[in-house]
Amino acid sequence: MHADRPAAAWKIALEPSSKDLVVARPEGLYCPAGDFFIDPWQPVPQALITHAHGDHLRAGHGRYLTAEAGRHVVASRVGPVELQTLAYGEAITHHGVRISFHPAGHVLGSAQIRLEHEGRVWVVSGDYKTGPDATCAPFEPVRCDVFVTESTFGLPVFRWAPQRDVFDSLNAWWAGNAAAGRASIVYAYSFGKAQRVLAGVDAAIGPIVVHGAVATMDEAYRRSGVALPATKSVLDATPDELRRCLVVAPPSAQGSAWTRRFGDFSDAFASGWMLLRGARRRRNVDRGFILSDHADWPGLLEAIAATGAPRVIVTHGYVEPLVRFLAEQGLESGAFKTEYGDDEDAKPADEPAAAEAP
Amino acid sequence: MKEFAALFAALDSTTSTRKKTDALLDYFQRAQPADAAWALYFLAGGKPRQTVPTGLLRAAAREAAGIPEWLFDESYDVVGDLAETIAHVLPPARETVDLPLHVWIQERLLALRGQAPEDVSAALKRYWSELDTPGRFLLTKLIGGSFRVGVARNLVLRALSEASGVDARLLAQRVMGYTDKQHTPDAARYALLVDPQVADVPAESGQPYPFFLAHPLQSSVESLGERADWQVEWKWDGIRAQFIRRGAQSWLWSRGEDLLNGRFPEIDATHALLPDTCVLDGEIVVWRDGRVQPFAELQKRIGRKTVTRKILAEQPVAFLAYDLLEMAGVDLRARPQRERRERLEQVVAQAGGGPLQLSPLVDAPDWAALTALRGESRARGVEGFMLKQREGRYGAGRTKDVGTWWKWKIDPYSVDAVLVYAQGGHGRRANLYTDYTFAVWEGDGQARRLVPFAKAYSGLTDDEMRQVDQRIRQTTIEKFGPVRSVTPTLVVELGFEGIQASPRHKSGIAVRFPRMLRLRWDKPVHEADTLQVLRDFIAESAALRQG
Repeated sequence: MHADRPAAAWKIALEPSSKDLVVARPEGLYCPAGDFFIDPWQPVPQALITHAHGDHLRAGHGRYLTAEAGRHVVASRVGPVELQTLAYGEAITHHGVRISFHPAGHVLGSAQIRLEHEGRVWVVSGDYKTGPDATCAPFEPVRCDVFVTESTFGLPVFRWAPQRDVFDSLNAWWAGNAAAGRASIVYAYSFGKAQRVLAGVDAAIGPIVVHGAVATMDEAYRRSGVALPATKSVLDATPDELRRCLVVAPPSAQGSAWTRRFGDFSDAFASGWMLLRGARRRRNVDRGFILSDHADWPGLLEAIAATGAPRVIVTHGYVEPLVRFLAEQGLESGAFKTEYGDDEDAKPADEPAAAEAP
Repeated sequence: MKEFAALFAALDSTTSTRKKTDALLDYFQRAQPADAAWALYFLAGGKPRQTVPTGLLRAAAREAAGIPEWLFDESYDVVGDLAETIAHVLPPARETVDLPLHVWIQERLLALRGQAPEDVSAALKRYWSELDTPGRFLLTKLIGGSFRVGVARNLVLRALSEASGVDARLLAQRVMGYTDKQHTPDAARYALLVDPQVADVPAESGQPYPFFLAHPLQSSVESLGERADWQVEWKWDGIRAQFIRRGAQSWLWSRGEDLLNGRFPEIDATHALLPDTCVLDGEIVVWRDGRVQPFAELQKRIGRKTVTRKILAEQPVAFLAYDLLEMAGVDLRARPQRERRERLEQVVAQAGGGPLQLSPLVDAPDWAALTALRGESRARGVEGFMLKQREGRYGAGRTKDVGTWWKWKIDPYSVDAVLVYAQGGHGRRANLYTDYTFAVWEGDGQARRLVPFAKAYSGLTDDEMRQVDQRIRQTTIEKFGPVRSVTPTLVVELGFEGIQASPRHKSGIAVRFPRMLRLRWDKPVHEADTLQVLRDFIAESAALRQG
């Protein structure tokens, strides 16, 4: 039966070369020349961090180096650690490896890490998007010899509509609910997506209430100088406000006692996965807003082309299709086996959301 | 088209009955009759025959998207739905046009049938370029003949009733047969349907009545009260149908509202024996050697265009009548079950003997005797009992307001089987591995191996499905397109209704309605059942049948 089908002829094969500036180790991506790790998933002495989502930033490392813009969000996620930061574009040299951070446009403080050693340039992108986001610096293409990319939405079915259209429909949905006297709850991951939603909606429509998990991250954003509209806790909202407010809450709040305080409400989920009908239906919300902090298929291809890199290594998401597609375009392509993609946003909407940070 | 696409999106995005009814009502109030005629057709489950072969559809989409075949297939595996995949891989629309639904269907979609492949391909690409994503999705669904919408017919009728002012029960009656392939919806037919002034269904029409459906009996049979209040029959495993005679004509309608005339000539031939203008409700089964044959025998006749002499000889059918809905032009559905039964018996007594038979009553005196008799179900080739309230009326659909029918089915066969392959689900289950292939052990010692014998995809809760999905991802050995083979680690208790020897299957066995009863996380794989257990089931049921 199934065995009769031709097996996929193509397999991921990437021979580690001693010349490679970055290799995959059991602890994480490793730079042998500089003796440091990038976004390691096991405790290591020195960790360079692309951004503060849970699958890239873990507790327990000796020292941390990240982009200055991410200082407060990193601190808010892992508490007091030995943390050093670099402004975007600023460089330091460590064991002969020149290290600099460049905006990745994913969330506040997210960076592509550029490494230069003996004339070779590698860029590790972490997660990125090429579209606009009012809460973080926009993605900046960096020329390199080898580009290490994500592929969370690395299939041609993923193509995002302009952000403006998404917010227009979100605003219209909120205004409609407010006029009908019911709250509008948007489930959005508490770090990144929640703030992007807050910064993008039309605050003139009504009051905005945020869940505690979102408020904690909002605080780190505001401390970092990101302008967000005024919000209040559910306890501070008047009954009238509760009937016409926009509520931003983490996905884990769906179906919880917390949402009952709003009485009659309409709910929505903001995620790139909402593009898929199946994921939308499984979420069981009234509306799905297709709003992603990851690059869509055209965005990935555009970002890869802009690096000018002849070699591309894919870390997580739809790895195999992107590797094969790039190979067919004449690039040298391969994959790193990583433990990325478990953060809340990179996860298909059908999987249960991880417990939210308090 | 835009309005219908919006309606579809609204129905698709909510589980709230109220919101669905509102969306339907809004649509029917605003739609032109020519469009509403088609909308109702699709909402009521109508499916025009596929106008474009799937291969051509896929090729045109790949060309329009400019992507290689393998990448299209990868995308399809993730999305889980062909029309949705196509709607998303295509480049954004250049300029959308909004034509009425009936123009799209009649002048564009149906016109594709039979055209040269290159013309079809060019037309498809042009149509797609004129539609936004929801429009493309809908059009492609309609072209591919796989349009399905998650809305109960009763809900559609309720909304249409509210929009038109025609009583919902009357509408239900009028809509019967509306989706039959031999008719094309049009404004005139629709107008007649929703006209509150028009006289009731003309007697010469061959329309069936809405079928009355049974509920599964979950509680103990004793909870039904007095045995004497219930009419008990065997539950047949065949095709539910209404057999209608009006004047010189007869109609045989399946419960899926397909007109079956010509498919079962043995039954058609008996219509002259029936009194003029009567409607029987019953079951089509293969009947040989004085007894009902397994459903698999009937399956050999389903889907055959021509009924050969060989088939007539080897799989002769009977219509087992169990209800009388109309007699001499009088609707009897409001009469009590016992009275309908009495009159049915008279009708069949006059006409019966050949393929037209009476579904006999089971006359066990009390529940205990009945329970004992139920044990013979398998040997008799039936699925258990039907329990019908003797004072009950004949309802419409799965209702309990005017009378109740219970189906009291026997427990399924069950075995502990091992999950060996998994495939991604579709629609609501896209992106999850939800379709599984199960195997049992064969052989001993070194030669012991797992033999796949059944596929199942129902019976699990969403949570369980997610857990199994995770296990599959962790234990994948290899991927063949959308299928993954896994290291055997998970035992599942599998239930099924029937079992037969089948040379067409590798395992030599075919099971009917396999589904998952229970996940056996606790059970080691080597303790799963063997092929011999399944063979024993077959031997046992054969022995019972002869005995």
